[in-house]
Amino acid sequence: MEKAPKYLQIFVVVYLVFLYAPALLLPVFAFNDSTIISFPLSNFTFDWFLGLRNESALHDALGNSLLVALSSAILSTCLGVLASRASARHEFFAKKSIISFLLLPLVLPEIIIAVSLLVVLSQMGFALSLWTVVLGHTLVCMPFSIAILTSAFNNMDQSLEEASFDLGETGWGTFRRVILPLVAPGIVSSLLITFTLSLDEFIIAFFLTGTGATLPVYIWGQLRFPNKLPNVMALGLLLLLFSLLLLSVGEYFRRRTKQMAGTDSFTGD
Amino acid sequence: MPKSIDAPTNGVIVDLNKVSKYFADVPAVNGVSAQIREGEFFSLLGPSGCGKTTLLRMISGFEQPSSGSITIAGVPMEDVEANERPTNMVFQSYAIFPHLNVEENVAYGLKRLGLSKPEMLKQVNEVLKLVDLSGYNKRPAQTLSGGQRQRVALARALVLKPKVLLLDEPLSALDKKLREQMQIELRHLQRTVGITFILVTHDQEEALIMSDRIAVMLDGKIAQLASPQELYSRPVSKWVASFIGVMNFLQGDLFRDGGDKLSVDAGILGKISLNQEQIPVPVATGPVTIGIRPEMLTVLYDKNSTAEFELNAVIMESDYYGDMTYYTVKVEQSELVLIVSMRNTAGRTVLKEGDKARIGWGSESLVILAESTSSE
Repeated sequence: MEKAPKYLQIFVVVYLVFLYAPALLLPVFAFNDSTIISFPLSNFTFDWFLGLRNESALHDALGNSLLVALSSAILSTCLGVLASRASARHEFFAKKSIISFLLLPLVLPEIIIAVSLLVVLSQMGFALSLWTVVLGHTLVCMPFSIAILTSAFNNMDQSLEEASFDLGETGWGTFRRVILPLVAPGIVSSLLITFTLSLDEFIIAFFLTGTGATLPVYIWGQLRFPNKLPNVMALGLLLLLFSLLLLSVGEYFRRRTKQMAGTDSFTGD
Repeated sequence: MPKSIDAPTNGVIVDLNKVSKYFADVPAVNGVSAQIREGEFFSLLGPSGCGKTTLLRMISGFEQPSSGSITIAGVPMEDVEANERPTNMVFQSYAIFPHLNVEENVAYGLKRLGLSKPEMLKQVNEVLKLVDLSGYNKRPAQTLSGGQRQRVALARALVLKPKVLLLDEPLSALDKKLREQMQIELRHLQRTVGITFILVTHDQEEALIMSDRIAVMLDGKIAQLASPQELYSRPVSKWVASFIGVMNFLQGDLFRDGGDKLSVDAGILGKISLNQEQIPVPVATGPVTIGIRPEMLTVLYDKNSTAEFELNAVIMESDYYGDMTYYTVKVEQSELVLIVSMRNTAGRTVLKEGDKARIGWGSESLVILAESTSSE
C-alpha cells in the first residue's frame, strides 16, 4: 500500500485530537482537587467519586436510566429480530421502502423526533413518564438493531432451516433449535449497543421525560451548579468507561456472528 | 461396477403425475410423469436449469407443484408439509448445523421422537458406523472436512429411516478423487440400507455409475427415462445422445429394402441393413440422423485385421487421456470427420496428427436417432 501524503497524516491527527481531547479532560479533572475546571491542576483526589455516593437524586436518575435503557434495548432488539428476519427471508410488497422507513430515525435529527413525539403524545393525552422516553428511545435504537441483526440473519445459510424442517422439526422448533443459537451473538450485540445508546441519549429523554430524570438529563441539570462540576466530571468518566466496555463486548459478539456464518468454506479431506 | 443389481420390486414409492411448476409464468418443470420404484437408485440428470432440482424440492415438500400431483408410498402429498413427509434430504451445501457436534447433528431429528437417551445413542452410533464415522461423535461440525460433512449429512437423514432419500448434487463440492470414491460408497450404501435414493446431478458419468434408472431432463421435461445401459446404447434423440457421452452424428437415408426390413444409406459408409434394436423410437423413412459411439469404431493397426466395414482416414487430432486416446479422423475422399476412441493396451502406439489409419466398424454399432423429440 502507498504511504499517505504528510498533510493527510497531520489532518488525521488533528481530527482525532479535536474529537477526543475534550473527553480526555474528563479523567484529568475528575481526579483534580479543585472545584474550578481550569489549569494548572492542584492535588490528586478521589473525593469527587466518593461524593457521588451521597447524591440521592443521582441514584434515582441512574435507576431511571437503567430501567429505560434495559426496556428500550429489549424492545428494539425484539422488533429488530422481527424486521430483520422478514427482510432477510421473505419478499413482500414495497420491501425496500418499508425497510428504509424503519432505518430513517438513523438520519433524522433527534430534536425533530423528540419534538414531534412530544406533540403527538400530548395531543393523544399521554402523560410524560419514563415510558414515553422508552418509546422514543426504542424508535431511535431500532435502526441499529435492524442493521446488526439483518447481517446476522443474512449470513445464515437458508438450507440450515430447510434441513431442520426436513428432519421433522416445526417452524417454531427450527427457530428455537437452529436460528436462535446461530443469531444469538447478533442479538447480544444488539442488546448491548442499544442499551448503551439509550443510556447516553439526552435530547429525546430531555423532551419526553416526566418527573423522573434520566442520567444525562440529571447531568444537564447539575451543570447549573459550578461547584458540582467536578462531580459531573467524575460521573462522566464512569459513564464513558461503562459505555466503552459495553460497546467492546457488543462488537465482540457482532464479529462472532460473522465467524459463525462462515461455515460453508471447507477443504476436502 | 460389475456386481449384479438387485431387481427393484414392482412397488412404486414415488408417483409423479403430470407435475408442473411455474415461477412467474415460466415453467421450471413441465408436466413430468414418472414412477419411482421401491428400493431403486433413481437419478434426475440434466444440464443446469432443466428443472431437476425443482422437481426434487417438490418431492421433499419445499416447493408446491403448480399443477399435477405427487404420491409417496401411496399417500397424496398435496397437504403434507415437508416436515411430515417420509423423505429426507442431503443438501448440496450439506447444511450441517454449525453450532452442534456430529452426534447432536445426527440426533437432531431423533430428538422429536421421544426415545430414551441410550436408545437414541445406539441409533446414532449404528448410523455413524454405517457411514464410516464411528468415534466422531463429539467432533464439532466446523472442524469437519467436506467428505466428513457429507457423511454426517447422510447419517442425519438415514437415521430417521425415510422411505425416500433425496440427494441434491451431493458430490459436486468434492474434489475428483473423493467424488469418485463417494460414488461407489453411496451406491454401496443404498444397497445396504435398501432405501429408495433419488439423486439430482448434472454429471452424466456419476448418474451412469450409480443409478438403476435415470431420467434425463431438458427444459422441464423428461427427455428419456431408462436404465444406464439403455440410455447409453439406445438414446431416443440426438440431444440425449450427445448429453450422455460422446457420439458421432452422420446424415443418412432410411429406406425399406424389399420386405419389412429397414436399411440406411449412410453415404460413404455404404448401405447398412438394420435390426429393430437399432431404432429406439419409430422414425419415418427418408433423411435421418445416424449415431455411432467412438468406441464402436476401431483403428485397424494390423495390416491383416479386417472389419465388417472399413474406411481409410487421416488422423487430424490425437487426444491422449492415459488409459484412452481419442482420435479425430477425416475419412479420405470425403468431408466426413469422426471421433474414434482406442484403449491404450500394451504394445499399441499412439498415432500422431497426419498419420494414416484404417478405421473399422460393424453394422450393429449404428443407432438411428429421432431428430427432435417433444422436449426440443
